Formats: sequence, structure tokens, C-alpha cells
Amino acid sequence: MPDKYSSVQSDGSILTSSEPVILVKDLYKSFGDNHVLNGFQMELYAGENLVIIGKSGSGKSVLIKCMVGLLEPDAGKLIILGKDITSLGREELDHLRTEIGFLFQGSALYDSMTVRENLEFPLRRHDNKIADASSETNLLIERALDDVGLKHTIDLMPNELSGGMKRRVALARTLILNPKVILYDEPTSGLDPITAKEIIELILEIQQQRKTASIIITHDMDCARVISNRMVILIDGINYVEGSYAELSKSTDPKVQAFFK
Amino acid sequence: MLPPRYIYDPVRDYFVEAGAITKFALRFFKEAFKAPYEFQEFFRQCFLLGYKTLPLVGVTGFIMGLVLTLQTRPTLIEFGAEAWMPSMVGISIVREIGPVVTALICAGKIGSGIGAELGSMKVTEQIDAMEVSGTNPFRFLVVTRILATTFMIPLLVILADFIALSGSFLVENAKGAVSWQLYFNQVFAHLDFSDMLPATIKTFFFGFAIGLVGCYKGYGAQKGTAGVGRAANSAVVIASMILFVLDFVAVLVADVFYEL
Repeated sequence: MPDKYSSVQSDGSILTSSEPVILVKDLYKSFGDNHVLNGFQMELYAGENLVIIGKSGSGKSVLIKCMVGLLEPDAGKLIILGKDITSLGREELDHLRTEIGFLFQGSALYDSMTVRENLEFPLRRHDNKIADASSETNLLIERALDDVGLKHTIDLMPNELSGGMKRRVALARTLILNPKVILYDEPTSGLDPITAKEIIELILEIQQQRKTASIIITHDMDCARVISNRMVILIDGINYVEGSYAELSKSTDPKVQAFFK
Repeated sequence: MLPPRYIYDPVRDYFVEAGAITKFALRFFKEAFKAPYEFQEFFRQCFLLGYKTLPLVGVTGFIMGLVLTLQTRPTLIEFGAEAWMPSMVGISIVREIGPVVTALICAGKIGSGIGAELGSMKVTEQIDAMEVSGTNPFRFLVVTRILATTFMIPLLVILADFIALSGSFLVENAKGAVSWQLYFNQVFAHLDFSDMLPATIKTFFFGFAIGLVGCYKGYGAQKGTAGVGRAANSAVVIASMILFVLDFVAVLVADVFYEL
């Protein structure tokens, strides 16, 4: 676990590391007869990198989509930064979403906008997060792109970027509102090993510099080994087992071992 | 006893689809009047959907005027009614042909464009990305596009009508040496306010239908790139069908008012 510290919320409340920033309790989600989550439970603490692994279709992406309100759970509790996301109105939910960053598997950059406009989009909509001056907006955009080493792409369109560059620009867009929690949906999938390593280093840098708590969904065990403070294996819709990479890699359970072979 | 499946399934699907489009339209009215208003995106869409369709609508309107005049002229000459040509063409274009043909052209270009764009945004998770950034994607993407088509289609129709009448004048001028002033005097001598008003009002409904169906199909697109193609295609087919139904209703309503 990372060092203990406290984070101050926008409403003035203080979260300490003993209080989870995300608490999931008895979460159920089904699509017709397909029961994806069957009472999943987990906690994420401030400053922690939690890696969730599981087979394709096991419900990892469904879980993090429930956490940002993109999907509505059938039952269970989802407390994010002290607020029950299932009971929030649209306005409160939109406000809470500015505290949560989400990196999509396919980057999801707006392809009709330039890189600058992609980063400007969330800023313009949440002017409480920044000063109104456009010079400050430009400064924030340039700094965010500089953090991911892509300042020179500011006026390019997404279709002019490589897969790795798109992922880094998407990461810059995720970071621009200074979220307290970041959810990564397979951040290294589809990337070559060198670019994947760069993304992993960026995720670690973000954790160290910004002290964010993160959930990382991945199939990439190298990524999990380097990034994770703690891991959860999702099997049959439940948190089958939890522990550090070192602990889980020594497990004798064949279901757990299958991920480490 | 239920009717056979080959009758029951399409009828059920039709009502399910009609219900879903109605629900989508109700959501539009609910969201359209809520702040914050996306004026910048609305004007951008007016430019993209209106101004960028101008050349296509202009060329279509011009050819429509030429062809209508060229094909009608010999018959009118045969009956000695050549002098009625401008007013006949004027009434035909303003009341019916201009609005319907222009709206169909727009359903093809704008409806499919909206369906494909939103469909592609949906399957590449761009709409989800907008949602998690704390923006209401329905208000930003759907409300602005439906409003833009509702206000731009009437303008495009008025322009297409004018270009079609200009095309008709060219034929008349070339074959009958009629002046611009005389031609348009003849056109407007037999065009009443009651011809123009219903024809213009119905184009607002045409625009609304084109935007609504394009957005509904695109926003609900599923199953990858094949879904995007289906969204674009069905947006054109359904919007075109709705246009004819709306036109029929508009003519019936206008007819009631003519008789009063």
C-alpha cells in the first residue's frame, strides 16, 4: 500500500486513507440471462493502484462502467468519494464525474475535434475547475500534453495520431480536470511492448505525482506486476481472490494460477 | 389466437420502433428547454448541415425547374395555355415539388450523415467519453442537430424554390423570350399567402423528422461498424417514409383550411 495521506474533497469533506475512495458492496448486474456481476465487493483506498484481472467477458469493464454511471447496477452499493452513485441526480452525477477520470480502451478521442479541442472540451464545460481566461485554458492544455510528451500534436486531428499517441492524448484529457480517481480500461491493449511500457510508466508517474487512486483493468500481466499495489481476480462475477502480485503468483489455486502461466 | 409470425413480428417491430422514436422525441423536448444551452454547437451544426448542403440543393432545384418546364411546355402549347406556364410551375414548385424533393435530398444527405456520425461516435465510445466528462451528450449532440435541421430545412427549401423558378425562367426565356420581370410577375400573380404558408410550415416538420430519425438511429447504433452502416441506411429509409406521411397530413390539413 502507498503512504498514508488525506485528500480534501470539493465539498470540504476529508477522506483519509482508512476510508475507501471507492466502496463496492454486493454489486449485481445482469444482461438478460447473462449474470455478469454476482455480488462483487471491493474497496479502493486513496493513492492506491488496484488491478482487476479476469477473463474476457467476465464483467471487468461492466464494473467500472457502473462506477461512473454509464451502466446502472441491478442491486448493490456503489459509494464513490463518499457518495452513493446509484442515488445521485443527473447534476450531482455530472459533478461527481469531474472527480473521476476514465481512460477508454479505444481512447475514445472525439474525431471531429483537434487534440486541443479534445482537451478543451471538458474544461469549457466545467468552468468552476479553471479560470475563464483562455490563456489559462491554453496553459493547462499545453501542460497536460507536455506531461504525456505530446505537446507538438496540439493542432493535429486524432486520425493523424498513432495508437500509442491516441492513448496518451486520451490520458492527458482524463487528467486535465485533476481527477481524484482514475479508471483505466485495458490501457495497454493493442499497443506494441515499447509503447505499452511507456503507458505503464506514465500511469506510475501519475500515481506518484498526483496521488490519485486508480483501478486498472488489464490482461497484461507485466503491466499488472509493475503497476499494482493490490490485485483482484474477478471470476464468476465475484472478487474470487485478492492480494498483491507476489502473493497471487504463488497461489496454488488452479483458477488463479491460470492467469500467471 | 395470434396471427402468423410473418405478420405478427413485423407489425410488433413496427410499433416497438414507433414507440421508441416517440420516446426519443419526448426526451428531445424535455432536454431542449433545459440550460445550459449549446448555442455554439447549434450554430456549428447549422453551418455544417445547412450551408454545406446548399450546393446539392441548389443543383437539384435548378434541374427540377428546368425539367418541369421543358416537360410541361409542349402540352400547354398544345392546349393554347402557354401563358399559364409561370403560374403553373410556381404553384407546383412552391406548394409541393420544392418542399418534398428538397426534403428527400436532405434526408439522404443530412439524415444519413447524422446517423453515420453519431453511430460511429457510439460504437467507438465517444458518446460514453462525453458522458463521463460530465457533459450531457444528448443535449450536446442530439438537441443541437435536431434544432439545426428544423431551422435549416425551411431555408434550404425556400432557396431551392427560388433556384427552381430561376431554372424554369431560363427555359421560358430561351424558348419564349419572356423577361425576368414578366415571368416572376406571372408566378406571383397566382401564388397566394395561403399557398406559401402551409408549404413553409410543413418544412419545419420535415426538418424535425430528418434530424430526429438520423439522431435516433445514430444514437442507438450497436454492433460495431456494421451497426453504423445500418444506422445511416435506416435513417434515410425511415425519414423518407415519414416525410411522405407528413406531407399527406399537411395537404389534408391545408385542404381543410382552403375550404373554410
